[in-house]
Amino acid sequence: MQFLNPPSASSAPTENESGSKIGTISRASLQMHSKLGWTVMGVLMILGVVVIPILNLMVPPDSLFHFPDYLIPLFGKFLCYAIVALAIDMVWGYTGILSLGHGVFFALGGYAMGMHLMRAMAGQGVYRSELPDFMVFLNWKELPWYWYGFSSFPFAMFMVMFVPGLLAFVFGYLAFRSRIRGVYLSIITQAMTYAFMLAFFRNDMGFGGNNGLTDFKHILGFSLLEQNTKVGLFIITVIMLGIIYLVCRFVVCSKTGRILMAIRDAEERVRFSGYNSVQYKLFVWTLSAVLCGIAGALYVPQVGIINPSEMQPSNSIEMAIWVAVGGRGSLIGALVGSSLVNGAKSVFTVMFPELWLYFLGALFIGVTLFLPKGIVGLFQRKKS
Amino acid sequence: MQLTEKGIDTSHGVILYLEKISVSFEGFKALNDLTLYIDDGELRCIIGPNGAGKTTMMDVITGKTRPDSGVAYFGQTANLLEMSDNEIVLAGIGRKFQKPTVFQEHTVFENLELAMKTNKGVWHTLFASLSAEEHDRVDETLETIGLQERKYERAGLLSHGQKQWLEIGMLLMQDPKLLLVDEPVAGMTPQEMERTATLLESLAGQHSVVVVEHDMEFIRSIAKKVTVLHEGSVLAEGSMDEIQNNEEVMEVYLGN
Repeated sequence: MQFLNPPSASSAPTENESGSKIGTISRASLQMHSKLGWTVMGVLMILGVVVIPILNLMVPPDSLFHFPDYLIPLFGKFLCYAIVALAIDMVWGYTGILSLGHGVFFALGGYAMGMHLMRAMAGQGVYRSELPDFMVFLNWKELPWYWYGFSSFPFAMFMVMFVPGLLAFVFGYLAFRSRIRGVYLSIITQAMTYAFMLAFFRNDMGFGGNNGLTDFKHILGFSLLEQNTKVGLFIITVIMLGIIYLVCRFVVCSKTGRILMAIRDAEERVRFSGYNSVQYKLFVWTLSAVLCGIAGALYVPQVGIINPSEMQPSNSIEMAIWVAVGGRGSLIGALVGSSLVNGAKSVFTVMFPELWLYFLGALFIGVTLFLPKGIVGLFQRKKS
Repeated sequence: MQLTEKGIDTSHGVILYLEKISVSFEGFKALNDLTLYIDDGELRCIIGPNGAGKTTMMDVITGKTRPDSGVAYFGQTANLLEMSDNEIVLAGIGRKFQKPTVFQEHTVFENLELAMKTNKGVWHTLFASLSAEEHDRVDETLETIGLQERKYERAGLLSHGQKQWLEIGMLLMQDPKLLLVDEPVAGMTPQEMERTATLLESLAGQHSVVVVEHDMEFIRSIAKKVTVLHEGSVLAEGSMDEIQNNEEVMEVYLGN
């Protein structure tokens, strides 16, 4: 199970150390993955990019092997959440910064995408206006300046990353420079996402108020109602998740990653080793926000709506729970955790909708008490 | 003007200047007009009762606490009061904390690797890989601190004494001119103490070493010059014998 091994345990080059277990496996982890790891990842990617689309589009609906239509956007949504889990794991599991406000970065990325989709259907709304419907409804005559440019797809994609990144950078700079950490930082992140939610609820913010942005028609000319488009978005999400996973893996396997973990374990020693820990925290924090923004942008066209409820504090807390359940400080753990919790959520909210929150709470308490390293920790313990 | 390779000017034979440093915390004067000089290459012990200001003094030198008044220079030219804590480290001051502080989840090797003097910016470390020379440097330090056998073990699994040595090793990796060592032998067995004494003595000369310690036996075994702090300023300075026969010192510290 070397695939599951956190990189910290073994990144020194191998030498013939007598009796040192860690020494013998360390050469493999100089690369980002073991052979097994690459294979598993390759298989999963092929499954997502080739097998599932074929089973959905090519296999007739009455066949046993048909992949049901409704599962495509659902799984797509899970994959977006998996990206969020990776992003949170980077700051929490590896660097020790517990964010309870990552929903805001996710939502901002989603809004940037939503704004593009709204602009892309200018003239095709209910009112046949150049402006988005909600602006017509509010009797606005002109597009607000901050909507400029969003009709361009590349510009919108840039903003998907830039806006969450900028917010994270400014917030992080102020917070980390003042050495705010631990529970205080977590509380401030909650306050941040809550404040953004309240702001976005207001109609005069120009983001559709409490309805948010919805009724999208097409993306880059492809109708969002077509199954082909949905599968296309799903494939893109799989690929993005793969790329983002590799980026995260690269960071945590690099010396930067070891410094991030060192910050988590003994920040003072890091500073007294000559590192500017603020710089490192800011780097990983901003990276994490950008990844969340990308996840939000992938989420919106698949789900068809973005509204301020995505910024509810409880959403952000749930995101942290995914990581806690899967296993902090392990990228695989983040993926496992977000998949399991969201899968369970889909089943539960259909079968026993009123019990879901109790289940989630119990899960979180159970994991905290019995599995401090999450589900992935179970396997690691078994190994050693 | 004779500059060392790090640009720390010790042409007057003095590496650390603290002059008239005062620090107060909500009215309590932790340091009171403290004036202290450390010579280049010397091994100095600092003693004093609890609350004498030993740790605060280290905090001031390493940029963790800013004094209300006073002057602190590293060599002739580096003004410590204008530098951030990590800049001070890069200038060549290493500090070992009272409680051993190592990266528990990292291997001994990685602890030393992370502490190594090199470019410490994010972009550099993101793409950094260890060269053969750097690897050798880590091995050299491992030998100095006697932890070759534990190279790939998690630092969290080391004994208390070994963690202290590892932390000293981490300081050495930064190639410092001045080492500040806070209570290095607290909680050590006599054998470990002896090894630590040898280690610190071997470091003096190439480095200046300032040791804050409570253990009198230990100080007697290594110290050439001892400074006694009391209520935030220097009470006495001299050889161990002189200190032990100083009446004021006996009154405040050794006597009880």
